[in-house]
Amino acid sequence: MSLMTLRDLTVRRGECPVVDHVSLSVSEGECIGLIGPNGAGKTTLMRAALGLLPASGESTLAALPAPERARTAAWMPQAREIAWPVTVERLIALGRIPHLPRGARLRSQDRAAVEAAIARMGLDSYRARTATQLSGGEQARVLIARALAQETPLLLADEPIAGLDPAHQIATMEVFADLAREGRSVIVSLHDLGAAARHCTRLLMMERGRLVADGPPGAVLTPGNVDRVFGVSAYYEDTAQGPVFQPLQVTR
Amino acid sequence: MRLALGLVLLVAVLFVLSLLSGQAPVGAGDSLKALIAGDGTPLSVVMREIRLPRALLAAMIGAVLGQSGAAMQGYLRNPLAEPGLIGISGASALGAVLAIQTGLSLMFPLALPLAALGMAVLAVLLILALAGPRGASITLILAGIAISALAGALTSLALNLSPNPFAAADIVFWMMGSLADRSFTHVWLAAPFMAVGALLLASLGRGLDALTLGEDAAEALGIGLSGLRLRLILGTAACVGAATAVAGAIGFVGLVVPHLLRPAVGARPSALLWASALGGAAMVLAADIAVRELLPARDLKLGVLMALVGAPLFLHLIYKTRKEMA
Repeated sequence: MSLMTLRDLTVRRGECPVVDHVSLSVSEGECIGLIGPNGAGKTTLMRAALGLLPASGESTLAALPAPERARTAAWMPQAREIAWPVTVERLIALGRIPHLPRGARLRSQDRAAVEAAIARMGLDSYRARTATQLSGGEQARVLIARALAQETPLLLADEPIAGLDPAHQIATMEVFADLAREGRSVIVSLHDLGAAARHCTRLLMMERGRLVADGPPGAVLTPGNVDRVFGVSAYYEDTAQGPVFQPLQVTR
Repeated sequence: MRLALGLVLLVAVLFVLSLLSGQAPVGAGDSLKALIAGDGTPLSVVMREIRLPRALLAAMIGAVLGQSGAAMQGYLRNPLAEPGLIGISGASALGAVLAIQTGLSLMFPLALPLAALGMAVLAVLLILALAGPRGASITLILAGIAISALAGALTSLALNLSPNPFAAADIVFWMMGSLADRSFTHVWLAAPFMAVGALLLASLGRGLDALTLGEDAAEALGIGLSGLRLRLILGTAACVGAATAVAGAIGFVGLVVPHLLRPAVGARPSALLWASALGGAAMVLAADIAVRELLPARDLKLGVLMALVGAPLFLHLIYKTRKEMA
């Protein structure tokens, strides 16, 4: 079943298209990496798909009424904003807002969702800490847990692993891969092409607003594509320990 | 829960103390008996017609100022925000000043609060037009600054051109904010606006909680930001406009009370709404008792005392914040 379909989604800033006639469909159980150089339109594509930006074309997600959309797709913006010194547990519980009936407090299923998100992100020892006093990487993990607590079929995250240490980068990507194995789908924008190659089942490659490649990592990260879109040469090999991708040199 | 109980108790105690505070040298028991009996004796008239509306107004004004301060800080995600920021109190004061300056307030007593309310409504329309249809907070701040500046300039102009020194003195004293000599007419005039405003602001809780994560994330959580902002503007305007119309400019309540109570509610913006309402009521009741007890012979203005207490309190908060950041 398709969780989200985009048809000719286009976002213009003035005359210039920032996202240019992007069409794609996301099914259940996909861990999708959204890659592309700075300014390729990754963030804009995700925000427009969610209906947070005015766009032409069609997005099945943006067409939903806001409360239903919030139960279908969770969004973790790149700006890691935590405005008030609330506890980690309370912050993660904010993810339950779309599920709560008007004026209700957290019910047992909401608490269970919060607990599951805390367990997935390994945040048990942090739950009583003040979220604003954590380090940047820790805050990122808390905000990922917040999005997980929303328990939506689809999760969109904008550079969720930027600024995390290697262990947490791998652990977080594995959480996303696990979600996909459970039948949920994840779209993450990434600059770490190595992580994209290892953990994603499908890659979307963007260049100047256009979707230029869409498929399994091996088919997208070809030397030609990587050179043309990113301007680098790279080593890519399917090893016994899984695919390894390493950018090598700037080619222009 | 314990916080709610404590604050309710505090407000109740201060309310009774406010009823007992005044120039008539009568025992507490007799005063309260006269209030309940309402037997037409002079004491009962004082209690029912002077002290009761004054205490009610203090509680109401403190509550809505505290609540709108909490709402504004939650919406802007800035602990320095206050209800005056969107220019409603400035515009409301301008309305009152014009009523005094033109002598309308001498012709019929309700002209002053009505002019203040009218000007608050005008300011709301102006803000809605200036801030634009989308739900961004930055345009609201800019619109508020523009309206505050304009209202301030026009108020100065009215003072500048005031026909005689008495009118000028009236204006200056009125702007200091006071609850002296208010009647039930003022209570009934302000109450409907404040009730509607307080209800609108109380409905913001969940949206303000979601805004902890920023505007984008809140919208993705299903919160309609433009609707939220509209309710915030209308609610704050109704509350602050009505408060300024009947009592003049009373600052610092909306700024300091949410700041003081934030740690007590675990920084949750939704919980801070009701906590600040109770805290604000307690603060204004206490200050209004103090102006009567400290200098009973001189008409010490509530707004002046508030600023005298509020400013050092605020300095202390800055000091504390600095220590936390270091």
